[in-house]
Amino acid sequence: MTELSKKSDGGLIARRYASEKRFRMYGVFALSLTTVFLAVLLADIVWRSLPAFTQYHAVLNVMVDPSKVEASNPAAGDFEGIVKDAWRGQFPSVQSRADRRLLTSLLSNAAGGELRRRVIADPSLIGKDVTVPLLLSDDADLFLKGLSTGVERSDGKGPLQIRSDGENFFLSGQGLNPGQIVLADGGAFKIAPEGDASPAEVIVAPGSTAEVGEGKWQLLTFDAAQDTRKIGDREAVWLEMLREKGIMKREIAWNFFLNGDSREAEQAGILGSILGSLMVVFVTVAVSLPIGVAAAIYLEEFAPKNRLTEIIEVNINNLAAVPSIIFGLLGLAVFLGFFGMPRSVPLVGGLVIALMSLPTIIIASRAAVRAVPPSIREAALGVGASKQQAVFHHVLPLAMPGIMTGTILAVASAIGETAPLLLIGMVAFIVDIPTGFLDTATVLPVQIYLWSDLPEKAFEARTAAAIVVLLLIMLILNAFAIYLRKKFERRW
Amino acid sequence: MDMAFQSVVTPQSPRIMAERPVRIDAKDVNIYYGEKHAIKNLTIAIPDRAVSAFIGPSGCGKSTFLRAINRMNDTIPSCRMTGDILLDGDSIYDASLDVVQLRARIGMVFQKPNPFPKSIYENVAYGPRIHGTAGSKAELDGIVEKSLRRAALWDEVKDRLDQTGTGLSGGQQQRLCIARAIAVNPEVILMDEPCSALDPIATAKVEELIDELKKNYCIVIVTHSMQQAARVSQLTAFFHLGTLVEFGDTDEMFTAPQDKRTQDYITGRFG
Repeated sequence: MTELSKKSDGGLIARRYASEKRFRMYGVFALSLTTVFLAVLLADIVWRSLPAFTQYHAVLNVMVDPSKVEASNPAAGDFEGIVKDAWRGQFPSVQSRADRRLLTSLLSNAAGGELRRRVIADPSLIGKDVTVPLLLSDDADLFLKGLSTGVERSDGKGPLQIRSDGENFFLSGQGLNPGQIVLADGGAFKIAPEGDASPAEVIVAPGSTAEVGEGKWQLLTFDAAQDTRKIGDREAVWLEMLREKGIMKREIAWNFFLNGDSREAEQAGILGSILGSLMVVFVTVAVSLPIGVAAAIYLEEFAPKNRLTEIIEVNINNLAAVPSIIFGLLGLAVFLGFFGMPRSVPLVGGLVIALMSLPTIIIASRAAVRAVPPSIREAALGVGASKQQAVFHHVLPLAMPGIMTGTILAVASAIGETAPLLLIGMVAFIVDIPTGFLDTATVLPVQIYLWSDLPEKAFEARTAAAIVVLLLIMLILNAFAIYLRKKFERRW
Repeated sequence: MDMAFQSVVTPQSPRIMAERPVRIDAKDVNIYYGEKHAIKNLTIAIPDRAVSAFIGPSGCGKSTFLRAINRMNDTIPSCRMTGDILLDGDSIYDASLDVVQLRARIGMVFQKPNPFPKSIYENVAYGPRIHGTAGSKAELDGIVEKSLRRAALWDEVKDRLDQTGTGLSGGQQQRLCIARAIAVNPEVILMDEPCSALDPIATAKVEELIDELKKNYCIVIVTHSMQQAARVSQLTAFFHLGTLVEFGDTDEMFTAPQDKRTQDYITGRFG
């Protein structure tokens, strides 16, 4: 040992080890950097997406008015009118036209949807009281989730005097600052900008005008100024008062999973685009897998090695590097322009993406076929199998795991493809959920692109949530690829 | 024709030839890989029911010629051949001959054991199945058992026919490959260095098997081991640089070689 280590080597061995150690450190550094980036990205997206997976509803007791819903035809009933009446009934003192409209704007324009569903399922509910959740608007929902402004609530100090001269209300008490909201005796006021000497703005009329003792009235402060948020002070106070009553329920946002696209954020969902994506992927696999595998096998096993096949090979490799938007143009020119296929349909989208995935699938399949040891082919030929039998009985089964992996990776990248679909019209705003390959549809990545462009804050969370769903679908596809590879893998 | 090729020693007519019919008759065979002239003017007659060994240094063309006998060289695009090889008097390069049928008549065992990654049963049954030899499952079972028995493998694997063939030991795999070749009932069995990947015990078993098989088949074996050639073959052909230098009875070849090059090779002076 000492003999060996004493031997003078001019530091060569030490340098060799130092170099290896350095390289390992580079590797660890690169890996940690990637991990950190990935973790930050994922955490950010998941964090942003969380609000989209829940939705606030106002659970109200609603009387299904027989004058608005006919038992013979419940589907035509005015359910929106019924729920709006019930909603306004929460604040009988709100009477002015503008205020009533403001109050109604807190409900989604599809707020009666759940009631409609229940009454149509069970018409005997007509004329009865039903406890039903009403869908709130996206702005109300964001406020209740605390995403538009923070709310601070503090007990008032000392007694509060409420005086009324018949028309106006005057408040006096400790710590009343201009613009502050005061909740007292079932009523709500906003202190005038000029101070408590001027009449206070009535948001909800109080039960009486009397002195309110210490601890029985409260002050509300919103973190964000009124003009920086979409929910005004009045709406915010109504929502706060209803929340205090305990009728606001946060539930899983089934709308997000079960609806198509919508201009109203609270009604917008991804089912339409998920189905569109699945149809596109189905067409892609159905077209590109058989063609790609057949082309790969022919090129690898049967094709004569001449100039023509060489040119074809080089061009297949080149096609894999062509920007996807070019394939979109090709699809537009050939499928829409020449064959006259309809716009915005999954069939055409699938065909375009199939063209795009073909080179990748061919290259992966050829590599897989080439990786099968020649001894297997010779063994098959040696017992008198024909070339085709050797390929289909022995080479193909052994190449299958590789072909599957290549194909699913190609499809996984195809499912995230947007550019070629823009050109064939799959970028449209489509509300209806597609039911067939010739229905207009959009796909998940396009949906993400469309939502990311919208100004409403609620769509921000929905965009992130749609990204999370897309990532999950890709994760599932990759897991499936690994499962298939393990299943087909054989030892030799 | 290049004059250098004319000076090749004309193969002797071995004593053993008188007792057995000729099975494979190669005439003026030349094989080229692209520009490389791999086999030069080879003429040889290989008898039935005997083991003929091809020996010679690496790259001398013995495997190339072996693969020409069942037209395995057809799978190499750059390879072309002139001359003719007859099997039982019929040209195997005749345009009307079906190469797939030919390979069923001339079985082959390769250097590295190459069982299919399927069950032992499927390995043996594959040939009969694609040729439609067996009419029923029972008949196929019979062929599988007979082939495995002939390959002296039956007793070792009869309880695990459904296990994968690649799970066997190297020697067992090679005997499985022999069983697979026998299963299609060939007339000739070509063996390309069948023991080079095996240990001595497995080699002994395969050699024993070859000795047994020669009663029914015409066997041609390429080997790097002169001891093996001496042990298993009745006839030996010595190849050198693409030419057949000498072909004769094994005993005579190893005791009294006619050619200086043969003598140098078998005494270990080159190779």
